Amino acid sequence: MLRFIARRLLQVIPVLFVIITATFFMVRFVPGGPFTAEKAVPPEILRNLEAHYGLDQPLWRQYLNYLGRVVRGDLGPSFKYSNRSVNEIIADKLPVSLELGATALAVALVLGLGLGVLAAVRRNRWPDYLASSVGMLGICVPTFVMGPLLVLFFAIRLGWLNASGWYTLPDRILPALTLGFVYAAYIMRLTRGGMLEVLNQDYIRTARAKGASEVRIVLRHALRGGLLPVVAFLGPGIAGILTGSFVIETIFQIPGLGREFVNSAFNRDYTLVLGTVILYAGLIIGLNLVVDVVQVWLNPKLKFE
Amino acid sequence: MNPAPAPSVPLPAPVAAEPPSSLWRDAWHRLRQNRLAVAGGAVLAVLGLLCVFGPFFLSYSYQEQNLDLGATPPSAAHWLGTDTLGRDLLVRLLYGGRISLGVGLCATIVALTIGVVYGAIAGYVGGKTDAVMMRIVDIMYALPFTIFVILLMVFLGRNIVLLFVAIGAVEWLTMARIVRGQIMTLKKMEFIEAARSLGLGNRRIIFRHLLPNALGPIIVYTTLTIPAVMLLEAFLSFLGLGVQPPMSSWGTLIKDGAEKMEEFPWLLQFPGVVFSLTLFSLNFLGDGLRDALDVRASKD
Amino acid sequence: MRHLVLTLASLALLASGCTKQDPAAGAASSAASAPKVLRLGNGTEPQELDPQTVAGVPEHRIISALLEGLVMEDPRDLHPIPGQAERWEISPDGLTYTFHLRPNLQWSDGEPLTADDFVQSYRRMLTPSLGSEYSYLLWFVKGAEEYNQGKLTDFRQVGFKAPDARTLVVELKSPTPFLLQIIASHYAWTPVPVKVIARHGPVDQRRNPWTRPGNNVGNGPFRLKEWTPNQKIVVERNPHYWDAAAVKLDRIEFLAIDDIAAEERMFRTGQIHKTNELPLAKIDTYRREHPEVLRIEPYLGVSYYYFNVQRPPFTDKRVRRALALAIDRESLVKNVLRGGQQPAYAVTYPGIAGYQARARLEGGVEEARRLLAEAGYPGGRGFPEVELLYNSSDNVRILAEAMQQMWRTHLGIEIRLVNQEWKVYRDSLRTHNFTLGRAGWIADYVDPHVFLEIWVTNNGNNDGQFSHPEYDRLFQQALVARTTEERYEIYQQMDAILVEECPLVPIYYYTRVYALSPKVLGWHPTLLDNHPYKFLDLAE
Repeated sequence: MLRFIARRLLQVIPVLFVIITATFFMVRFVPGGPFTAEKAVPPEILRNLEAHYGLDQPLWRQYLNYLGRVVRGDLGPSFKYSNRSVNEIIADKLPVSLELGATALAVALVLGLGLGVLAAVRRNRWPDYLASSVGMLGICVPTFVMGPLLVLFFAIRLGWLNASGWYTLPDRILPALTLGFVYAAYIMRLTRGGMLEVLNQDYIRTARAKGASEVRIVLRHALRGGLLPVVAFLGPGIAGILTGSFVIETIFQIPGLGREFVNSAFNRDYTLVLGTVILYAGLIIGLNLVVDVVQVWLNPKLKFE
Repeated sequence: MNPAPAPSVPLPAPVAAEPPSSLWRDAWHRLRQNRLAVAGGAVLAVLGLLCVFGPFFLSYSYQEQNLDLGATPPSAAHWLGTDTLGRDLLVRLLYGGRISLGVGLCATIVALTIGVVYGAIAGYVGGKTDAVMMRIVDIMYALPFTIFVILLMVFLGRNIVLLFVAIGAVEWLTMARIVRGQIMTLKKMEFIEAARSLGLGNRRIIFRHLLPNALGPIIVYTTLTIPAVMLLEAFLSFLGLGVQPPMSSWGTLIKDGAEKMEEFPWLLQFPGVVFSLTLFSLNFLGDGLRDALDVRASKD
Repeated sequence: MRHLVLTLASLALLASGCTKQDPAAGAASSAASAPKVLRLGNGTEPQELDPQTVAGVPEHRIISALLEGLVMEDPRDLHPIPGQAERWEISPDGLTYTFHLRPNLQWSDGEPLTADDFVQSYRRMLTPSLGSEYSYLLWFVKGAEEYNQGKLTDFRQVGFKAPDARTLVVELKSPTPFLLQIIASHYAWTPVPVKVIARHGPVDQRRNPWTRPGNNVGNGPFRLKEWTPNQKIVVERNPHYWDAAAVKLDRIEFLAIDDIAAEERMFRTGQIHKTNELPLAKIDTYRREHPEVLRIEPYLGVSYYYFNVQRPPFTDKRVRRALALAIDRESLVKNVLRGGQQPAYAVTYPGIAGYQARARLEGGVEEARRLLAEAGYPGGRGFPEVELLYNSSDNVRILAEAMQQMWRTHLGIEIRLVNQEWKVYRDSLRTHNFTLGRAGWIADYVDPHVFLEIWVTNNGNNDGQFSHPEYDRLFQQALVARTTEERYEIYQQMDAILVEECPLVPIYYYTRVYALSPKVLGWHPTLLDNHPYKFLDLAE
């Protein structure tokens, strides 16, 4: 297993290299630049600005300079927030997204796994219908509807919480619920589907035939195989939830990283786009590695290849 | 940590022998027995027909405005009310259905096809091929979507095909990872070993024996992809891809309605209900399909 | 069920209790009664607080609390009143301004503030390597443009002189009748503490951390206390300010809120005293239910569609006029925009600094149809497919949809709507890659000049490539006009040309629509939406 992980970690370098290169050139070919503004900047001033950020050099040289800096762990200055570095922005905002994401993930896992298993075991009976309905609700009601609804009820109607912001501990409740609920719905559906698949497998029937208790069957045998799809989903899912959600962070005005992913692209903040992409890529690669390890663990027949 | 007990029941004999036609006929038969699935299918059919033909029977067009009227709740003249420009919501909802059902189905089929084939090959072949294919998936996950969409538009112009490409390009990734995980597990099972020992070709093994056994998660994830795709369309139309005003889609109607939910609740309620109805129906139909196509259940 | 979820969530939250807490910023109920803290919704996160490297409105609102220029704005009508300078003289030829600073001016760190600080500030602003976007607002000064472009390297040849610690002499290259308006309203002319900046890094480079809390030094009525990115910026009263006794507020919190729906909900829970904007759908609700907090105020800007006059069919002035005449501005304002906007039948904002354009788009739909027929498209027949380019924004979209319908019903022409993400759209306009585009123009200072300079040949903002030799000549003539009356008379001719030639379709003059708590005192509607903070107060 250690060899497997080591080999995978070695693959990270070329993968990151491709991602950085592709992103670097993609953002440069998008029309508009960091200094495109409502009012035209006189060309002489634009030249001053570009010279300041080294944008007047040939693209290949800028690219090499950037690579050189990234290798040293410096993601460069932000174009939009001109006295902050990308490292600093990420260091500021990632913890917020992690905190929100981890809480939401806890909600999602508890709710999603619990309801999913329940629905599969009590298939086509009322617990299944109830759990499935909750799951469908999370899928049918988009976050940009759910979030404001919760705010209108708990903050404005009842006056228990703030409407938006990230100032006090209770400010975390509504965003975590909203974000958690969506993921809970996905996890619930996938768990139910995966479990149903496994509960029909021959070895489960064998276990049943041998008189094993239902609880034991579910926990010991069925969950392992049944969780495979959930686990595959959770790799990118967790990366997404931990790096923050644009919609949730906008509705609740949370100073997390999620808004930066989208806004940096809108602002043509080249370095910030790259910085967030590198971070996200690292998480995706890391989590997909974890997923692959867990998949092997869930199914002892598999070996690390 | 006990390993899962190995299947002790021998390989189901008919796996290779049974003629496919009867498999499909059986499945169709079982599907028709499932009342929820039939109801879901019927609702979808009715919705689809309404969206395609409904507008011809209504006296309003999706772009006809009545500025003096403005937003009004449902009435005899406008069954679902009007939006802030005084346009008939029913017509806009039906036209929007054409776009959303179209985009939802087409883009999902694109994502489904790419994801399933890609994931199945990676999972089945394994080794270096798998490693390369999955690293490509990692790369695709990480590329900035907003930038990708803008570039697509700038270099290839705006059209509906691009919309499918853009959506399909992001939505197949997780599908591929899920299918790969399933295939990797399934291919170690006895019946696949047996199929292989019978000298069946790889393609036949993948598509006839492995994928049918992975149908459950595939169908579930497909039913999860469709709503995601429909809502993603609203974001793309914000970027300038996708539907252009005054044309509407369910995604843009819901987004628009969500902003006015306190003032003009019907602008959110009706699109929301139709959207949910579609998703519930798809879900029931999906569950029914899964059961109907379940190779093992059929042997009961 | 909900109860269970809430409990679970609360537990999880408590478990992760490693977070910064800020009790002061909680719900309204926790607002302490003793210090007067004004909380303002301030739009997007400011890019920076250095007046010489920023270009936006949210930045402006904060900087105007931290820094003060030679003259400042009157709280009611924004006309220039003494600021750091207690008085000034203008030479008869309008080329030399002599400012006399107040005695004993200090920076917020207690250091004396002298006329040389102003000179050093302007020198920094004009240094090419700083890349300041608004440095062109200093180009009226002799040698400033050349220095900014690197053609002149000796700053002593630029027209800023400090003969003694309290006198600043500014020499212009040509008379600039609106110079004091610019100095009063625009942060480009505020001083910066160059000595402090030098302590934190190179003076002429960006990325200097001098604007961080703890480092920041200013000369305004408030000083920087806290800056939490994407959350809030807190300023507190500056004891070293020359008029500190007159400042009534203890603190102002500028909350970065980039979503107007969220902002409105925060206003309702009492988290802020003022919103930056109000969602369109909410205006009528507030008008009906909370008229006491709804503010609708004229805003010095015009919204218009403009033509690329180099592209058919808009090379023909009759077609341009037809499109301009065929829209029902009254209905747009009343039914679509709903924010008390004023329909625009000319370009220059009516009543700006005492100027009122006499020219006016005359003629209704009939006249529009006649012109279109004359141009060869009777009833819209044969009219080519034209795209209207606009940026992705709900309010912009809804206006475009309504205009499209009016052109269809009144002229029989079909205009296709094309929206682009904001920077793509700006890029298309700038590179003249459009036929018909949407734009708006907000004035930086109060003078008709701002609205008329755009349409001069080769002006950086003249994306539609309008070119009219007579118009250009008048523009130059106005700059050297002897009196304001003479100058305004020239502007009248320029406005008449714009109405006649129609390089643009003026649609409406902007308003600012927002919610303001009645607790805020001393808040006056102003054309630039500037509200000098030292005059504001908060009721108990």
